[in-house]
Amino acid sequence: MAITLSGDQSIPAPPLSSRLSPAQVWGIVLLAPYLLVFLAFVVYPVCYGLWLARAPSNYVALYNDPIFARAAVNTLIFLVIGINIKMLIALFLSGFFAQQRTWIKWLSVIFILPWAVPSIPTILSVRFMFNPEWGVINHLIFSFTGDDGPNWLNDPTVALSMAIGVHIWKSLPFWTLILITGRLAIAQDLFEAAEVDGASWWQKFRFITWPSMQTLYITCTLLSMIWTLGDFNSVYLLTGGGPADLTHVLSTLGIRYLRLDQLSLAMASIVCAMPFVLPLVYFMMKRLSR
Amino acid sequence: MKLPSLREVATEARLLLIGIPVFLWTMIPIYHMFLFAISPKEDAFSGKLWPDHPTLHNFTIVFKQQHYFLRDFYIQFWNSTVIAVSVGVLTLFIATAAAFSISRLKVPGGRAVLNLALFTYFIPAAFLAVPMYRTMGNYGLLNNHWSLILAMVTIASPYAIWVLKQASDKLPVELDEAAVMDGATTLQIFRLVYLPLMMPSLVAIGTYAVLLAWNEYLYAFLLLSNDREITLPVALGNFLAADDSPWELLMTTGFIYALPPAAVYYAFRRYMVGGLTAGAVKS
Repeated sequence: MAITLSGDQSIPAPPLSSRLSPAQVWGIVLLAPYLLVFLAFVVYPVCYGLWLARAPSNYVALYNDPIFARAAVNTLIFLVIGINIKMLIALFLSGFFAQQRTWIKWLSVIFILPWAVPSIPTILSVRFMFNPEWGVINHLIFSFTGDDGPNWLNDPTVALSMAIGVHIWKSLPFWTLILITGRLAIAQDLFEAAEVDGASWWQKFRFITWPSMQTLYITCTLLSMIWTLGDFNSVYLLTGGGPADLTHVLSTLGIRYLRLDQLSLAMASIVCAMPFVLPLVYFMMKRLSR
Repeated sequence: MKLPSLREVATEARLLLIGIPVFLWTMIPIYHMFLFAISPKEDAFSGKLWPDHPTLHNFTIVFKQQHYFLRDFYIQFWNSTVIAVSVGVLTLFIATAAAFSISRLKVPGGRAVLNLALFTYFIPAAFLAVPMYRTMGNYGLLNNHWSLILAMVTIASPYAIWVLKQASDKLPVELDEAAVMDGATTLQIFRLVYLPLMMPSLVAIGTYAVLLAWNEYLYAFLLLSNDREITLPVALGNFLAADDSPWELLMTTGFIYALPPAAVYYAFRRYMVGGLTAGAVKS
């Protein structure tokens, strides 16, 4: 082995391996499994996918596909409106759950359930609740008003809003939990001092809570936006992209093209999202790898 | 007993005004699933809030595989289990080795690898699924459990490496130095010093990877299609293929499928909350 030769001083500019200590050799060996996984299942697929999506005709086809434009708008609505509503609720609830009460402790244990259980059965459960003929919602509407309830998932606006609702239902506990840790990290004497000075609820939030949680809150919002781009289940399992392919988001659209055997279109639709994704990813990496 | 002041009552009432909607919002979809699981089909489909005759009959049908959609229930349950456990073990192995290498051995280029891993972590999984599907086809792994296991390891390990690296950095360097003085080899340090100290984080990451794989739907349904190879969530999705789906059985199977991860989550909650939230957002 080259390492055993490293004692020989007569060789000028020894090869790299001979300058490595045994610890560093182990370092490379231990890092190798991940590098292999990374090369085989990230680098290769991404390069291959980009190569498939290289033809400009793909982008022309996407541009001419009304479903793509609709999906892009839906994704934007999902991210800008959905995520901000979710994070505002999470911020509000983090204050609620930070209260020291036994029943709130118990409620927080229950509150985490949507995040702890898999999304497939619960999303399908919601889907059946809104079934126009047999769902419990329309049964209740009928028994109270005598009228048939609406065909909920057949209206694209309602269907997309419900997909956002399902997404919020699923991931609200996680973000609330994170914001609670942020809230609990604030020194309590600040609030006590504010109390003495007669500060209102809003003033306490505005001048103590918000300044200390601002960074965390914005980081969480951006992170949630990136991840929500990959939220396939909330839309696919609730609406399947329907009615008439009007509720697709980019993640379900990519899979739709894939199922139609239009892999290059699928890749092209993902490439189109990159100008929005990469700056967010870059920003997050800057923030997290400080 | 001291009577609560009016102000205390008002505060409590306001908290309840938030707490009750939160409780209902959280529980309704889960209760609805449970309701279907214990209702005969007629009751479930007539919008009753509690069945006239609650029954465990649906569970009997599932456990005896007495329906067309359920004929491979046990093998699918087994597939889910094997895949989840394999993903947990492989992710732990890969991520622990990588975190030890980057954080303790300061391997050259470790920082770059960590950044690459972080980058992967931020790429939405549904986007990677498209090229991943094709790649697995090229490797000849489609319809093979390995395709799903390797895909999930790819998705789970970046986060795992990152969290474990953060945790490793907190261990004092003197421990390694002392072990080296005592003549310990790198592997001995790894096994006898590093692993025992990292246990809480390893439990959290193992649980994270197992749950991630057990819950995964998209990759499972893309990569596996044969009825005897698929995992439970894919089988649940397949219920929807029919127009007259037996929803009460779908919900029963879904309920059974949701129990293990919920149990695991609550059992390891202490580790999960500490280990994962610390890593999820570094403040």
